[in-house]
Amino acid sequence: MRALATSLALLCAGCTGSQTVLAPMGPQAAQLNWLLWSFILICGIIWLLVMFVLVLALRYAAVPSQRGERRAAVIVGVSVAASALVIIVLTVMSYAATRGLSVAADDPLVIRLRGYQWWWEVTYTDRRPDRMLVTANEIHVPVGHPINIELSAADVIHSFWVPNLVGKQDLIPGRRNDLTFTASRPGVYRGQCAEFCGLQHAHMALLVIAEEPAAFEAWRDAQLQVARPPETIEQEAGRTFFVSQPCAACHTVRGTNAAGTLGPDLTHVASRRTIAAGLLETTRGSLAAWIADPQTIKPGNNMPMVTMTPEQLRAVSAWLVDLQ
Amino acid sequence: MTSILQKPRMAFDLSELPLHGKRSASLTWWGTLGFMLIEGSGFALVLAVYLYLASIATEWPLGAPPPDLLPGTIVTAVLLLSLIPNMLVSRWARQEDLRKVRIGMIVMALLGIAPLVPRAFEFSALNVLWDSNAYGSITWTLLGLHTTHLITDLIDTLVLSALMFTRHGRNPRRFGDVQDNAMYWNFVVLTWLPIYASLYGIPRL
Amino acid sequence: MMRAEAGDLQHSIAPDMRDTDLAPEVLDRQLERVWGTPATLWGILATVDHKRIGRRYVATAFIFLAMGGVLALLMRLQLAGPERRLIGPDRYNQIFTMHGANMMFLFAVPVMEAIAVYLVPLMVGTRNIAFPRLNAFSYWIYLAGGVLLWVAFALDMGPDIGWFAYVPLSGPQYGSGKRADIWAQMITFTEIAALAVAVELVVTVLKQRAPGMSLDRVPLFVWAMLVTSFCVIMAMPAIMVASTSLILDRLVGTHFYNPAEGGDVLLWQHLFWFFGHPEVYIIFLPAVGMISGILPTFARRPIFGYLPLVLALIATGILAFGLWVHHMFATGLPRLGESFFTASSMAIAIPNGVQIFCWLATLALGRPVLAAPLLFVLAFFFTFIIGGLSGVMVASVPLDTQVHDTYFVVAHFHYVLIGGAVFPLMGAIYYWFPKLTGRMMSERVGRVVCGLVFVGFNLTFFPMHILGLQGMPRRIYTYQPDMPWGGLNLFVSLSSCLLAAGFLIFFIDIMRCMRWGLPAGDNPWNAATLEWATTSPPRSYNFARIPVVSSANPLWDEPELLVSSGLRVERRELVISTVAAAVPEARDASPANSIWPFFAAIATTGMLISSIFTPWAVVWGSLPVMVTLIGWFWPKSTPEDQA
Repeated sequence: MRALATSLALLCAGCTGSQTVLAPMGPQAAQLNWLLWSFILICGIIWLLVMFVLVLALRYAAVPSQRGERRAAVIVGVSVAASALVIIVLTVMSYAATRGLSVAADDPLVIRLRGYQWWWEVTYTDRRPDRMLVTANEIHVPVGHPINIELSAADVIHSFWVPNLVGKQDLIPGRRNDLTFTASRPGVYRGQCAEFCGLQHAHMALLVIAEEPAAFEAWRDAQLQVARPPETIEQEAGRTFFVSQPCAACHTVRGTNAAGTLGPDLTHVASRRTIAAGLLETTRGSLAAWIADPQTIKPGNNMPMVTMTPEQLRAVSAWLVDLQ
Repeated sequence: MTSILQKPRMAFDLSELPLHGKRSASLTWWGTLGFMLIEGSGFALVLAVYLYLASIATEWPLGAPPPDLLPGTIVTAVLLLSLIPNMLVSRWARQEDLRKVRIGMIVMALLGIAPLVPRAFEFSALNVLWDSNAYGSITWTLLGLHTTHLITDLIDTLVLSALMFTRHGRNPRRFGDVQDNAMYWNFVVLTWLPIYASLYGIPRL
Repeated sequence: MMRAEAGDLQHSIAPDMRDTDLAPEVLDRQLERVWGTPATLWGILATVDHKRIGRRYVATAFIFLAMGGVLALLMRLQLAGPERRLIGPDRYNQIFTMHGANMMFLFAVPVMEAIAVYLVPLMVGTRNIAFPRLNAFSYWIYLAGGVLLWVAFALDMGPDIGWFAYVPLSGPQYGSGKRADIWAQMITFTEIAALAVAVELVVTVLKQRAPGMSLDRVPLFVWAMLVTSFCVIMAMPAIMVASTSLILDRLVGTHFYNPAEGGDVLLWQHLFWFFGHPEVYIIFLPAVGMISGILPTFARRPIFGYLPLVLALIATGILAFGLWVHHMFATGLPRLGESFFTASSMAIAIPNGVQIFCWLATLALGRPVLAAPLLFVLAFFFTFIIGGLSGVMVASVPLDTQVHDTYFVVAHFHYVLIGGAVFPLMGAIYYWFPKLTGRMMSERVGRVVCGLVFVGFNLTFFPMHILGLQGMPRRIYTYQPDMPWGGLNLFVSLSSCLLAAGFLIFFIDIMRCMRWGLPAGDNPWNAATLEWATTSPPRSYNFARIPVVSSANPLWDEPELLVSSGLRVERRELVISTVAAAVPEARDASPANSIWPFFAAIATTGMLISSIFTPWAVVWGSLPVMVTLIGWFWPKSTPEDQA
């Protein structure tokens, strides 16, 4: 059953990344998985026992007697004591797991995650301010290295939940929460906001991409670069339109004049696998479709429709899809 | 219809019982107690909110000097003082002395109005507005909640006083109502004490 | 009003006329005249008969159940496949908020209180509930709150913030329009109604029990309602404080929940769940009482372990207040504190275990008859224990971080609420229907209903456990095609039709049997408690003579039920007895029919709805409320005012 569940879960992990409790990919999730199956086993046995007794009780033809009453009292008493014992065992198991999960990691990679309606801002901290890095909706982590995520929210409550790696933790306005996890295998793990946060709560996903440390460092160095300059005239026109139009009021593209902070940083938008918080795969077509009509694709989201000609739309999407 | 037509065995004669229960034999007494429990829970919760907000705040009071003591202390004094005639009215009601109860109810009506005057000044003595910050919100709410109770009990007292001067006054039920009203006033006064202590004491700690 | 006076003054009978020597027919005629409700519009609006009010309370709650069920089907239609565009996010959010708020505030709590309003006075052997006018007022206020919520939904103004209305999403900055205010004010309506009934029930149980019904002879359903009522009294003020402060934040600019000005977002969650968790037991404990009422009748023996069952009820009621933080395990509270709440949440499994073991012993020691009410109880055992055990899983802090806010939790609480409360409720309807209507429900249809609902329920909700573990969060209006959830969701949606069919047949059968069911007689099940000692349906005055009780199962243990005499018959008179031993201490009057509670409810409704729009409504709106209350309480020189 368990092996089946795991393989089933992995089967569909190929496309956009796996999002399941049943296929743990890190020590925290593995411990939770172990706890889960222990609870399911113990609870399952208890349920079967009670059902068995229920069937017996229905079939048993009792003859009223003082002895029967006394015997029943003893059985009830023993059952209550036994359930108290099971409860204590489960509580202790749960407490032990809690302690195991809250052990502080040495020298973790600290990532700040800030929830917005309906996307995620990801900030990589560093002792050197010039190595600070802001991106969105995609968290790259090195395999085997403990990650400490600092959670905060800009508007309403959200919840960070990547079930393959670790249990969820809320992002709460006015408060800060911490969460530690490690990815033990390379892969793409999907997460989704788990606290109802308004209209597009259903479309607020993120990806955690676990890579070998070298690949991670390469990614990080690439992300630290400013946006690459346009190569074609069309891309050039796209950039010009972007920085001179409302786009720049909300989005930052490092290396240009666009420095808005209301929406995701787009400096390397094309390096990310998806746009609109996990909604669409990043292609020139999806970028164009999104810019042309964000309210049909993700009704209620905060990106307005900017009026533009088809040429302008083509130019902007050509430039954005080049921002690797 | 069988059970109506059968001739039942009568085992218990209730005919000598009084026509109306007093104190703990009266339903309204228990009902008053029930509503005091509900409102007491409400007061306790709002106080808990006060303590909760104070415990998470870096400073308390938030961006305001502590409330001025004078109006609140006058209210407290008047309320405590009112307990004496209140107990007397309750006793006279128990003795079913209509003349004394009438006088007592007028006194209690006046003593219900009296604390409202310094209470009006108490709001400005809080030195903060309800929409300034969470401290202002919770202090105004606490004070407002208690003032609502003062006013509702005052109205109850006024209506009951009027009733005592009508032909309905000379009735053991009315004397029971007067006692219940007195009990409720005790409750309104006693719940004020922890609120007073919190509103004026905690900002000075 | 004028007619009330007229009705009350029609006394051709001498004052202080006693029932002692009256022939049964004369007694019936006279009591019916004093206690009855005329079949006029005035009668309908002014009645304070707990049975009439209880019946309309139950009927209204079931209408809300059906409407909430339709919403559930709409959600299943939307979720049957990925990225369906049948319902947009705005409407969907309203629908799931309405479903939750409707089921909790307009169905589950009211229906349990409603059945108690009907049954408790009969079970304790009295003639009406305590504060019958408050009871009438409670119903009208409840109805107004329900209509407010549904009219708002029909006008596309339904709340869209979840039944839990977390700030800041529901706060002034993010909760647009009046939607959150309508949610908050609906809370005020339903809580006023629920609190009123709670006080009535407490006083009825403590003070109006039949002579001799000492506390150890009180039927377990009555015990359950007593504990429930205390839970209501202690828990509901928390949600009143929460919803009022939310309205203040939204309407007059207070900052309770604004972190920028010293407020706190989690304060809302503490207040909400301090109410919200006991709420689950406010729904569950009456169901437990129903089971303890049904089981002995069909096991054909007294309940096993009366005292442990009473203690378990009380223990559950107390522990219910120590669990609220287990809804907040993902909010980052200190871990040690959370572990305390794990322990307390799991500890509540012990009193629940006590009850289940005592019921099993009752079945084992009895000679069970598998009639429809008992079948629902068996369905309860099967499903509720799954819900209880998944509850143990959710109570564990680390496990909860994985399953919280996923479909696993949706499955869990439907197992608890439908398995634990609705199945016993349906059993209770089959069981007490003959008492309410004088007619039997169809045993054959009952089996079909039980089978359909039981199978439909499990096929609908069990897969949700798996969906949750597969990572599907709650409250999403759709999901993407690449998520592996489509198949199970389609299965769940199809299964929900089966469940709905079961309920549909249930409702149709109720209507059918109200008219065409077989006549029931006083005590069709040969049950032991007092409600079966009177006619089905009971006369307006419940009992021609107040029974005298000397056992916990009076109709089994007393070959002929003893009664008392000496009550006046030309005014509404009932027996007041002592709290513990139920020794009669007074013959007190019970208020007669009055239109004023109806007027007071209208005035209150006007004030509450207006105060959504302006805070000053509380000031001018309270004037009509005051006038109607004075009208209500001003003595009318009726025999009932004599003392």
